[in-house]
Amino acid sequence: MTSRPGFVLEVDRSTPPTLMWHGEGFRLERLPVGSRVVYPPEPVETLADPDAAIAEALEHPLGDSPPLRALLKPGMRLTIAFDDISLPLPPMRRPDNRQRVIEAVLDLAAEAGVDDVVLIAALALHRRMTEAELRHALGDRIYDSFAPCGRLTQHDAEDPGNLVYLGQTDAGEDVELNRRAATSDLVVYVNINLVPMDGGHKSVATGLASYRSLRHHHNVRTMVHSRSFMDQHRSELHSSNWRMGRYLAAQGVKVFQIETTLNNDPFPASSAFLQRREWEWTLKDRAGFLAASKALARAPERLARSLLQSINAPHAMASVQAGEVEAVHAATTEHMYRQLLVEVEGQADILTMGLPYLCPYNVNSVMNPVLVMCLGLGYFFNLYRGQPLVRRGGVLILSHPTPWAFHPVHHPSYIDFFEQVLSETTDPLEMEAKHEETFATDPWYIHLYRTSYAYHGVHPFYMWYWGAHALDHLGGVIVVGGDRRAVRRLGFKPASTLADALEMAEDIVGPDPSLTHFHAPPLLMADVR
Amino acid sequence: MRALLVERSLPRFATARLASALVPGAGGGVRPLRLVDMDPPELPGPAWRRVRPRLAGICGSDLATLDGRSSRWFEPIVSFPFVPGHEVVGDVEAALPERPVGEGGRLAPDRPGPEGGPTRVVIEPVLSCATRGIDPPCPACSEGRTGSCERISFGELRPGLQTGYCVDTGGGWSVEMVAHLSQLHAVPAGFSDEEAVMVEPTACAVHAALAAQVQEGETVAVLGAGTLGLGVVAALRHFDLPGKLLASAKYPEQRALAAELGADVVAGAGEVVRAVRRVTRSLAVAPGGPGPRAPRLAGGADVVVDCVGSAQSLAEALAVVRPRGRVVLAGMPGPVKVDLAPLWQREVTLQGAYTYGTEERGGLRARTFELAFELVRSARLGRLVSAGYPLERYGEAIAHAASAGRRGAVKIVFTPQEEAPRPAPRRPAPRRPAATRLPPGPATSRRPPSSPRRSR
Repeated sequence: MTSRPGFVLEVDRSTPPTLMWHGEGFRLERLPVGSRVVYPPEPVETLADPDAAIAEALEHPLGDSPPLRALLKPGMRLTIAFDDISLPLPPMRRPDNRQRVIEAVLDLAAEAGVDDVVLIAALALHRRMTEAELRHALGDRIYDSFAPCGRLTQHDAEDPGNLVYLGQTDAGEDVELNRRAATSDLVVYVNINLVPMDGGHKSVATGLASYRSLRHHHNVRTMVHSRSFMDQHRSELHSSNWRMGRYLAAQGVKVFQIETTLNNDPFPASSAFLQRREWEWTLKDRAGFLAASKALARAPERLARSLLQSINAPHAMASVQAGEVEAVHAATTEHMYRQLLVEVEGQADILTMGLPYLCPYNVNSVMNPVLVMCLGLGYFFNLYRGQPLVRRGGVLILSHPTPWAFHPVHHPSYIDFFEQVLSETTDPLEMEAKHEETFATDPWYIHLYRTSYAYHGVHPFYMWYWGAHALDHLGGVIVVGGDRRAVRRLGFKPASTLADALEMAEDIVGPDPSLTHFHAPPLLMADVR
Repeated sequence: MRALLVERSLPRFATARLASALVPGAGGGVRPLRLVDMDPPELPGPAWRRVRPRLAGICGSDLATLDGRSSRWFEPIVSFPFVPGHEVVGDVEAALPERPVGEGGRLAPDRPGPEGGPTRVVIEPVLSCATRGIDPPCPACSEGRTGSCERISFGELRPGLQTGYCVDTGGGWSVEMVAHLSQLHAVPAGFSDEEAVMVEPTACAVHAALAAQVQEGETVAVLGAGTLGLGVVAALRHFDLPGKLLASAKYPEQRALAAELGADVVAGAGEVVRAVRRVTRSLAVAPGGPGPRAPRLAGGADVVVDCVGSAQSLAEALAVVRPRGRVVLAGMPGPVKVDLAPLWQREVTLQGAYTYGTEERGGLRARTFELAFELVRSARLGRLVSAGYPLERYGEAIAHAASAGRRGAVKIVFTPQEEAPRPAPRRPAPRRPAATRLPPGPATSRRPPSSPRRSR
């Protein structure tokens, strides 16, 4: 059975209210007649036998790569790097794609007599994963076999002894990589693609790199020139990563890439209404919506957060590709586009979106205001191909409570960024010039990144840069139902209701504006013509 | 004459304390303070002059007194009933002596005002040996450190650490007071009354800033951005060479002023610890969260100047000063409960900074007031005067002063020569006039700001 593609609805008088995520809750909003709502495609078909598909991919790799079996030799140094906690969203039910793939790779390595195997969580500058998170991603068998003997590690971008400087690309970009990976005979990278941005050379060149390397593509100029960073061929972020990846290959770092995609099925059956179009809601969906929204609204904030963070998505593997990095990623990207793209005709004056409780950087954590900005203006705004859903000078309206709340262990530098940097400036270029270096080299942040579960000191800057293209493009940002102080600190305008926000937006874009609503998650990518 | 008088009344102080705990400044309403018609104070001796206050500031110490929050430490060095007001610019009618008087080389004004009129003066309120007729003066006064006078309740005057706390001198919250020649500083031409009334609190700020003995390149944190805190920021920037100057400020107007006056980093309420940590690149022994759940620092600022004097600010000062750093307590404290473990464990020096006297910097000696005049002019501190009230509206004035930061104000003053009009009998009660908004910038008029009522 094929799934239904994405869909653009034009709102008329008979259109039921539209569901909007609102952090740890939802809202039903009536959009003005004539508005368009972009719905995601339904979950795509999954692999009937993922393990067989993985074995098949490893035996018949893409590009000019030999089968993995042929690359494994006794006495070799094998490093298996894998995506960290930021993927997938929400975390998937066990077994995770990483577990399935790595077990298959380890079986082959064992058959080939490879003893020197090390697993590395490719954190880049993200927080370290907890034991529970690692067990969830890799399975108990792998964890118990590798962790106790120190062969399951997490990349430390601040450990000079575990980094190796390999030189510069033709564009003058420093390439500094995890020493174990750089000195291995083979790096197998195991990836989960949720959006087209992930994977390809970005996996190793970002996931196993240091700040010295990352700063060449995680910066304002790059992000403003990535239109969008979800579209590899128009993304300066990817161009830089590709240069670095090719440079790594030229320096002898051999990478065997394994990429998997999911079927875009993020919510369990009990929350089916979240994935169904409103006019198709059954009585059960309505009851589910009422029960969930009332319960979440009445639950204390921490409880609501904890309930939602405990969701394990029924995602299932939809494809697996292995072999040479670029060939693999080209195939993955095709899968992603087939799964996510929705054709949309033309741009709107106003783009609305409801932001959920989760983004890549607050798994088991708090969605702080900086991450709200990153999710709205970074991830969701950039989920387009061609041109943004909203015109230049248009208005983005977000729905999110935007609480002035931070996870003190995960996001210590975010607190300072929010309290001190954003109180001075919201201009990405200014903060990059004036503050980034200080945060990036702050010894306390480095200490917490290395020894606790903290994102790197520079990470909140990257999150802000993620939204730099949107900040450059938009005429205004309004947050509905957000903490007014926090919203203002972000440089945005608070509004109590969507109606208020639309009225405020008209002051910027003029009367009778066109409006498009981005109905996600489940995720979609707008192919704007 | 009209004057605001504080009387010793334990029930009133207790009520004021209770009321102010509920609403800051409410102590002014239930008051040990009241408006009275009284005789002007007698001249205690030939070296004393009558002064007619033009503007008289409301200080944090005044508010603490009226709210019943003052320490009982002051009881033996205050005499009741007293007229408050020690931040005073006023007019001296009589010609002043030809010779310099006073301690430490300070020159009192020795000329009459223009065309033989009154001379505008600022009062240095500390009641030192000279004012008390004590000769020879105590060692501190001999050295010009009048703020440390050891004869503070002796001599020809009744007890009173300053003008404004002594029965015999009166205070600025009245139509007339007396001051010793050694207390008088002529106001230079071109100084507005608003600038002049800021000289005394600025002198306190200068003294606190210099007491910190900041070495070049040191990081200094100033807690509080009221009149004193802003003055300390300005003084540190003007007279010292801190490497980084961080100020904490609760309200947007305070934040803007702190930055304008020279703070490199301005942290909001509850953000100080994190800001100091970031500026000093200190480690922290516990991560903490936003706001009050701040991290515990391993290092910290070299110097912290506490311009608040509360238990909370003192605890914050001890939390953000580095081991072997210095905390200067400039804000007037009352009885506070503070955990001194960090002071002990980190060998922190805690130093008080009270009033002023003579400052020594780089081998040069200067009266603090001279430096304060210089700073008021260069930093344009007259702009900190936000509103003026006639004595009759003292309740509103005190409430305004107590909530100055929240209301976007800094210094609230009385305009004692201005008399609020009385409502005419048998007519509808007139709308209460707004507080006199003092003109911004360096106004040069010597007239007290006119009341809105009068200008109708």
